[in-house]
Amino acid sequence: MNICVCIKQVPDTNRIKIDPVTNTLVRKGVPSIINPFDTYAVEMAANLKERFGGTVIVMSMGPEQALGALRVCLSVGADEAYLISDRAFGGSDTLATGYIIAGAIRHIEKLEGIKFDVIMCGKQAVDGDTAQVGPQVAEQLGLPQVTYAADIEGSASNVIVRREVDGGFDLTKVQLPTVITVVSSKQMPRYATYATRSDAKKKTIHVLNSAAMPEIDTAQCGLNGSPTRVVRTYTPVVVKNGVTVEGESAEEIADNLIGMLDAKMLL
Amino acid sequence: MDKYNTLTQEIIDEIKAVSNHVFLGDAISPDYERDEMPIYGTHKPDLVVQARSTKEVSDVMKICYEHTIPVTARGAGTGLAGGCVPMQGGVVMDISQMNHILNYDLENFVVNVEAGVLLKELQEDCITKGLMYPPDPGEKYACLGGNVATNAGGMRAVKYGTTRDYVRAMTVVLANGEITHFGATVSKTSSGYSLLNLMIGSEGTLGIITELTLKIIPAPKATASLIVPFTDLQTALSAVPKFKMAHMNPQAIEFMESDIVKMTENFINKTVFPKEYRGQDIRSYLLITLDGGSQEDLDQQIDQASRLCFENHAMEVFIAETPTQISNAWAARSAFYEAITDEIKLLDECDVVIPINHIVDFLTFVNKIGKDLGLDITCYGHAGDGNIHIYQCSNEMSEEEFMAKNEQFFDVIYAKAVEYGGEVSGEHGIGSSKMKYLENSIGKTNIDLMEGIKRVFDPKMILNPGKVCHRL
Repeated sequence: MNICVCIKQVPDTNRIKIDPVTNTLVRKGVPSIINPFDTYAVEMAANLKERFGGTVIVMSMGPEQALGALRVCLSVGADEAYLISDRAFGGSDTLATGYIIAGAIRHIEKLEGIKFDVIMCGKQAVDGDTAQVGPQVAEQLGLPQVTYAADIEGSASNVIVRREVDGGFDLTKVQLPTVITVVSSKQMPRYATYATRSDAKKKTIHVLNSAAMPEIDTAQCGLNGSPTRVVRTYTPVVVKNGVTVEGESAEEIADNLIGMLDAKMLL
Repeated sequence: MDKYNTLTQEIIDEIKAVSNHVFLGDAISPDYERDEMPIYGTHKPDLVVQARSTKEVSDVMKICYEHTIPVTARGAGTGLAGGCVPMQGGVVMDISQMNHILNYDLENFVVNVEAGVLLKELQEDCITKGLMYPPDPGEKYACLGGNVATNAGGMRAVKYGTTRDYVRAMTVVLANGEITHFGATVSKTSSGYSLLNLMIGSEGTLGIITELTLKIIPAPKATASLIVPFTDLQTALSAVPKFKMAHMNPQAIEFMESDIVKMTENFINKTVFPKEYRGQDIRSYLLITLDGGSQEDLDQQIDQASRLCFENHAMEVFIAETPTQISNAWAARSAFYEAITDEIKLLDECDVVIPINHIVDFLTFVNKIGKDLGLDITCYGHAGDGNIHIYQCSNEMSEEEFMAKNEQFFDVIYAKAVEYGGEVSGEHGIGSSKMKYLENSIGKTNIDLMEGIKRVFDPKMILNPGKVCHRL
């Protein structure tokens, strides 16, 4: 099973603060991390390779800084890595990003002489939180998409995706090739071992720019190819209008709460 | 025995005249009666002051001194030795609202803070400035004043030292309300007795710390953690001294056994560490953090440390090097205490410190004594500096039986620790809970010296009575 995993380097959103005056992100001192959901996609791909054989190729669109993130992926199960990097791609919205990534995937298939059975992405990037790029890549490539995958069951010829849905899971059978977006799970992604890390350090990460991929129309990339316009960014006002329900005992507190809800005719 | 007066309405009115942050009666939260180990006793204060300034602390202290009212200083209440419990009632001086980072001096590499700033807040604020405040006790929601009052240690002590090594100066309110300053923003001093160092680790018995000048350093450029599994604890611990011999200086070397890792993963609902390797059960781990001035420096350290681990029979070396991986690798370690307290009905703990060449023998002894007494023993700790956290647990015994067995356990293991040249507490402090063992460990002469020092600072013995060396 040949798998391409798309990853994104993002600022560690747990560490980010918003400047209350300018409404912009304070990025100073905030480390870049691999989008957490993408690390679970890499783990799922490495698991599938162990079960069914094949190759795992990891790719990222971004500046050169993302080379470090790709090298980490090489140390935890990926065989090859591609960085898609060009000034013309900067400022792309999700539509343009989906277009560029789909084009790059076709190009990598040609270079490697393989066809991907599965394209994997994290369910969403924690910086933009749109969850649109995975599905847009599927649309651009004309492939089926299965979102919110927690696990892959079945066999290489009969892939069944265990999807996380509200209140449980559903099992979706899908024909390959397909795009799968992945959620996090209780099992944390594997660590590199000393040996896999050393091997990863020796590997070459392939860098592709727009000139190397003439099939990508730069008019559909970057700001020019992006219909999205950000009109305003602001921090939502936090309205603290909570009420503390008091009482002598748990029962009395519960009764008081019911009384309050009843009075507002909410029951 | 020192005699204290009780608060009268007149004294309360005097305190209210100098502080607008006074709590009385039912308005006092039950939190003020205890720290995180209520097993050592709880006691309700008669009055709580949530001070906002050094002057406010000073004004209240003057009144308490005049009327001989006991005063117990309190930060976040995260202590584990009963240190902030007002055993004689009186006033609790809560400094947790004095929580401002005042300013950085990046020419002298110090930061000035109020004592109620949380460790977590300072650590995170430093990171955004490319700096590091190295002391790293497990409880990140403790106040810095409390960290200083207990000389808290933590994970990074093996390379960077304890809180003591990072206190340059402090503002202190003395028992009589006088405000004074100890220390200076300098790297060395040969200027008489170090009153600064007397205050560090004094647990609120000599004065109330209200402001601190703390040393900070430039943050390391690159950090990685190694998770190193072993077939048994002895093999794991035997590897630890080899790092020093190889001129390596890890930021942290923690040891842990597989049982507590499993318990904690269950608690945090995450699987963090591998449990077997190539069909063989992993029984213990070393968790090692390395830092360097550059990625190349760090890579070279990872190579050297990994080779050293393999030479000392590590089953594998797993490497966490992204911020997410490192925080995941430490997620279980950081939650050990919460996981244990979540599962166990009756527990007590100690944080004895042993010369590192005796850790294995000492732990073997501790486990045997625990078994003989019917106590479940869980240990983990700082392998790099010999500070071991031992938990005596039981879900079956009655409280009376547990307390009796527990006392027997402490008597025997502390005596053994002294025999090995160890100390009673590595980082939690003495509080009210470990006084007997401190005296057994350091002897009457030294306890008398400590009590004499206290009497000079606090002639009426009103500051945190019944703690450390002050016998009621």
